[in-house]
Amino acid sequence: MALIDTINPLLTTGWSRGDAGWRLKDYEARGGYVQLKRVLASKMTQDELIAEVKKSALRGRGGAGFPTGLKWSFMPKAATEKYVVCNSDEGEPGTFKDRDLLRFDPHSTIEGMIIAAYAVGAKLGYNYIHGEIFEIYQRFEEALGEARAAGYLGDRILGSEFSFDLFAHHGWGAYICGEETGLLESIEGKKGQPRYKPPFPANFGLYGKPTTINNTETFAAIPFILGMGGEAYLNLGKANNGGTKLFSVSGHVNRPGNYEVPMGTPFAKLLEMAGGMRGGRKLKAVIPGGSSAPVLPGDVMMECSMDYDSIAKAGSMLGSGAVIVMDETVCMVKALERLSYFYFEESCGQCTPCREGSGWLYRVVHRIEHGQGRTEDLDLLDRVTDNMMGKTICALADAAAFPVRSFIKHFRSEFEYHIENKKCLVNPDVQRAGSGFFRASSTAGAA
Amino acid sequence: MNSQYNMLSQEALAKIDREVAKYPADQKQSAVMAALVIAQDEKGWLSQEAIAAVAGYLGMAPIAAYEVASFYNMYDLHPVGKYKLTVCTNLPCALSGGVHAADYVKEKLGIDFDETTPDGKFTLKEGECMGACGDAPVMLVNNKRMCGFMFPEEIDKLLAECK
Amino acid sequence: MIEIEIDGKALQVAEGSTIIEAAHQLGTYIPHFCYHKKLSIAANCRMCLVQVEKAPKPMPACATPVTNGMKVFTHSEQAVKAQKAVMEFLLINHPLDCPICDQGGECQLQDLAVGYGESASKYQEEKRVVPDKDLGPLVSTDLTRCINCTRCVRFTAEIAGFMELGQSFRGERAEIMPFIGKTVDTELSGNIIDLCPVGALTSKPFRFSARTWELSRRKSVSPHDGLGSNLIVQTKHDRVMRVLPLENEDLNECWLTDKERFSYQGLNSAERLTKPMVKQGGVWQEVGWNVALDYAAHALRDVAKTHGGAAIGGLLSPHATLEEMYLVQKLLRGLGSENIDFRLRHSDFSADGKRRGTPWLGMKIADIGGLDRVLVVGSFLRKDHPLIAQRLRQSAKRGAQISILHSADDDLLIKLTVRAIAAPSQLPARLAEVVKAVAELKGRPVDPALATVGAGDTAKQIAASLVSGSKTAILLGNFAQQHPQAATLTALAQELSGLLGGSFGFLGEAANSVGGHAARAVPGTTGLNAAAMLKEARQAYVVLGAEPELDCADGALALAALTQAAAVVVLSPFKSQAMLDYAAVLLPVSPFSETSGSFVNTEGRVQGFHAAVKPLGETRPAWKVLRVLANLLEVAGFQFNSSEDVRAEALGGQPEFVSGLDNGIDGGALTLAASANGLERVADVPIHFADALVRRAPALQQASDSAAPAARMNAATLAKLGLVAGERARVDAGGTAKVTLRRSLMPVCPMAWCVSRQPMPIRSRWVRCSPF
Ligand SMILES: Cc1cc2nc3c(=O)[nH]c(=O)nc-3n(C[C@H](O)[C@H](O)[C@H](O)COP(=O)(O)O)c2cc1C
Ligand code: SF4
Ligand code: FES
Repeated sequence: MALIDTINPLLTTGWSRGDAGWRLKDYEARGGYVQLKRVLASKMTQDELIAEVKKSALRGRGGAGFPTGLKWSFMPKAATEKYVVCNSDEGEPGTFKDRDLLRFDPHSTIEGMIIAAYAVGAKLGYNYIHGEIFEIYQRFEEALGEARAAGYLGDRILGSEFSFDLFAHHGWGAYICGEETGLLESIEGKKGQPRYKPPFPANFGLYGKPTTINNTETFAAIPFILGMGGEAYLNLGKANNGGTKLFSVSGHVNRPGNYEVPMGTPFAKLLEMAGGMRGGRKLKAVIPGGSSAPVLPGDVMMECSMDYDSIAKAGSMLGSGAVIVMDETVCMVKALERLSYFYFEESCGQCTPCREGSGWLYRVVHRIEHGQGRTEDLDLLDRVTDNMMGKTICALADAAAFPVRSFIKHFRSEFEYHIENKKCLVNPDVQRAGSGFFRASSTAGAA
Repeated sequence: MNSQYNMLSQEALAKIDREVAKYPADQKQSAVMAALVIAQDEKGWLSQEAIAAVAGYLGMAPIAAYEVASFYNMYDLHPVGKYKLTVCTNLPCALSGGVHAADYVKEKLGIDFDETTPDGKFTLKEGECMGACGDAPVMLVNNKRMCGFMFPEEIDKLLAECK
Repeated sequence: MIEIEIDGKALQVAEGSTIIEAAHQLGTYIPHFCYHKKLSIAANCRMCLVQVEKAPKPMPACATPVTNGMKVFTHSEQAVKAQKAVMEFLLINHPLDCPICDQGGECQLQDLAVGYGESASKYQEEKRVVPDKDLGPLVSTDLTRCINCTRCVRFTAEIAGFMELGQSFRGERAEIMPFIGKTVDTELSGNIIDLCPVGALTSKPFRFSARTWELSRRKSVSPHDGLGSNLIVQTKHDRVMRVLPLENEDLNECWLTDKERFSYQGLNSAERLTKPMVKQGGVWQEVGWNVALDYAAHALRDVAKTHGGAAIGGLLSPHATLEEMYLVQKLLRGLGSENIDFRLRHSDFSADGKRRGTPWLGMKIADIGGLDRVLVVGSFLRKDHPLIAQRLRQSAKRGAQISILHSADDDLLIKLTVRAIAAPSQLPARLAEVVKAVAELKGRPVDPALATVGAGDTAKQIAASLVSGSKTAILLGNFAQQHPQAATLTALAQELSGLLGGSFGFLGEAANSVGGHAARAVPGTTGLNAAAMLKEARQAYVVLGAEPELDCADGALALAALTQAAAVVVLSPFKSQAMLDYAAVLLPVSPFSETSGSFVNTEGRVQGFHAAVKPLGETRPAWKVLRVLANLLEVAGFQFNSSEDVRAEALGGQPEFVSGLDNGIDGGALTLAASANGLERVADVPIHFADALVRRAPALQQASDSAAPAARMNAATLAKLGLVAGERARVDAGGTAKVTLRRSLMPVCPMAWCVSRQPMPIRSRWVRCSPF
């Protein structure tokens, strides 16, 4: 799915030609690698570079929204063996922007990583690519080949003193590898079980060496930031929320897809760009930042603008920018059951509260959904989520707990109805119609 | 090459060598994920012997390779059909028909998740988010080919293509 | 130093400490499962969550480093709530059937559940069941009880050196397993039983034989290798039921080798000799002690009278106690014999008379960790000294450079700097090369005997490693001590350590390798050593605790010598067919568990112990038996009231360490024998074959380390001899053995040789292998 619409395109400038515009020559024709050349030719210092990124107020696009310039500045200057790692493990349900970035414009990420490596003094880098998108991995490998042949990667890049090489590492199906230290373990050839922090990757990262790890979109933004200057980038968005952001809109909209809009764009505008609600139905709920973010009722969401601060104020998180839109045909219990299954399935298994708690949550929600709920179950879910949150090595346990708590908080009556009446509040036929699966063909009614 | 690894072909070992070359010289183990994929591609699935061969080739304890092979979803520790179809049923996909697409395939093939058709042609798996929710319903063929917008007609076409 | 406060108590702790370490310093207990002081930090169980001032969430005490001014609350409401939450999660899938669990009574989960668990769980789903795995004859699994703390996994990877266990699958399906079809096979694997905080991993030999509260506990000392591991011997109704480590940071730390842990099974062997026996007219009879002792005294007196005292030889097991050895030598010397020896496996005694003192490790065991350069010479290190190998494994991880010069390329599971493999006959020459290379690097003159030696690349690498360090040691292993040119190897090691300004020493072969010297259980200047008294066969022998046909360097020769003797008096806890053939009297004496005594370990530490159980049947402690025997023989000076009295006389008091420890030899010739080029045999003493007790421990005899002997040789040798790997062959080495041929996987194999894993005489190093 190529981009369908945008305001102020930066990251998506190259997407308009779909699969025909990703090659090096196309990227160069759009002004690609000019920033890398400028950095190298002008012998920009690491501090100058990091200062520029700080000015842009770029916040990590992987989910946590940590200021990127600040993160880079944590890298110890003295160390000799350092790494930069790109997180393209995009597995958060609802998120599909990194895939399209690598598909339509892989070189912007490559250029961003080279510049980042220059800024932090790394000689080697890896891009960890989500397991299910093999074709994208192949394309990225091809793009790396192009960049290497053109002298953008390798020894003494473009005749400068700076050397850096970059490789792709392909995942193979584990959501937890999106967590940065699980990802590092995975590159090291182990199970992707997250590490306890501290020490943080900036001190103890890949192979125990200082490592900077950022999301694909974060790296891809770097050439554009240098191109227009940090301040101009910041001004595209709003204070503390610089630049534009890709939003992956999925679910009950007419045109699901990626939309690049300035930070602070009203949700209503985004929804309108995505073609509005499918079949003109009523907006019921939105998960604004990927499945790990708390769900918000539709009317609350309509008042929000798409930036970290506004969404946080409404009680959720901007996360990775995955906007999951649900209309009135959705049974919230069934929706939650599926998400709870996901976290149960994807828990890495090391921390007790997550290993044991994620299964417990799923089983209770499953029971409610299947008409075997008990009146005390909602309190039980509250207690189990409370016992899980903040007690594990990584945030997956919290991610499993947030949906449960927020679904119950905002749609409690639906859960109670389920427990009392042993069935959905939303009529099953209505639910079935909601997906639109059967509209395409009349022969397909059997299932 | 050492006879210990002769369960993998020369081509497979050469591919593994290329993966090993991506990492620092003392970090061969980093190539284990790729090496297991290469072995799975060649053998169809990861037998105990195949995992041991990969471990031996990379100089790691066999159980360390097994940990990896059993941790990541897309490794097959049991034989699968010629075509492994993985359907994403996660919420974003489900909102646009992911579960219905899976049900449709189940009925067409007469099998449930984690089953293989009697002729050994198809295995059906339930998948987690594939990072393509905008293209829902999404389906993965043999781990490497992603198909989007899989409505009934598209599914019919795909199944017919799989010879 | 950092100032912190735990539960309102201020203390100072070292920078880099974790909260749990700091709490430990204060004596404050923080509940935990995955944390173990000797393992890497996993922080996965989450049981140790505590409250830290200003931290928004509870922090794991095992993984959180202390910072200046930190205030920790281990029992605050937030902390206790978190701990209770974790306990509930741990219990939801754990069977609550403690009464039928083998861990019952010594289960950390059970203990903590009492303090932190709720009375009723809200979990009403079905509990998970995890299929059990076959881990071999030593460790039993009940994996449904596993709490996934991964201590066992980390132990195998980090301490034992090879990852034999893993945590496979993920999430709730995670389970502990070996690689499919594999068992736990390292010589340290039994430690995972102690490490497992629940009943998921238990002792297979001990399984369901007793409940912990029925057991009495006695401290003891391991009778096996030279380390002197401290033991807790657990007994029930005067039977040893189980052996556990007694923590001693200077020796075994908190570990035990499998040999030490499971050899107790041999104490209850059907081959225990429980009644005195005499052979009359070729027929064995069980008799009373008086009769047997009279008979023994008679026989010895007769020989001494007719042929002189020197016609008697004493063969002593190096696993016997100091007191026993002291009394035997005193008795024999009283009878006029100087033929006494406990160094049964040695073959070169030319250093005798040149030694400055008792050969020993040359340092404290605890100091091994401080060495930064080590050269191990002639050692099956991992099997002969598993816990010293473990110490060196950790040193190597910390950056120490460990190299080995040996004749077999066994995998030590240690990151080695240089691995030099040479045929046995070449070891002295190779070591001489290292001496030469070090002398050159140091610009120092070498002994004229080494003038013609030219150092090869490998020797130069070892030398470069050694001279780059500041604390070096050369450690001579069992193979070097038993080598036909042991004295030359010693002289070279002495020369080398002199050049380096470091130390050199011997890795003690047995529990009393140092104690034997301290007890004077070695021949006097006129006496015959262990090899000589077999070659020049005696009229009578006194055998203490040994089975010479298995424990001597040349078993066949020993058997011949004993068989021809007029009188063989055996003091032993066990009987065997061989013994019944050659002995005249069998006196049942106590194994270590049934007597008091002491072992002097390889660092010279004297460790006394008491009986853990009463002697079995009519068995008596050997020191008492010898006292009576001496009285019957009218040898004076045996008025001992206790084994402590004996020790006091032997050591001139009750020292903590024996005196006279000195590895130096004076006038040791650095002669290098001409190289031989035949097929050379390298035989180890298999770990579970090394002494009479372990040979009779059934579970250990089923372990992979007790696999049937096999000859290993490289492909070229096989081809030259017309042999086929995997087939049976006859190995003729002064005694014929049928073995299975295994092609060696040894990558470094400079010349053809053959390794057979069974005790055959070292003397005949030249072997013939032929198809069988
Ligand atoms: C369970 C979990 C899953 C995550 N998945 C992803 C992911 O798929 N992609 C990603 O970029 N970050 C993911 N993150 C966040 C990363 O840990 C990390 O914060 C991010 O890669 C940093 O990059 P940024 O600063 O550019 O956002 C995940 C975090 C958690 C706890
Ligand atoms: S078997 Fe025991 S030691 Fe191993 S992970 Fe399970 S509970 Fe921990
Ligand atoms: S002891 Fe700290 S997390 Fe297990």
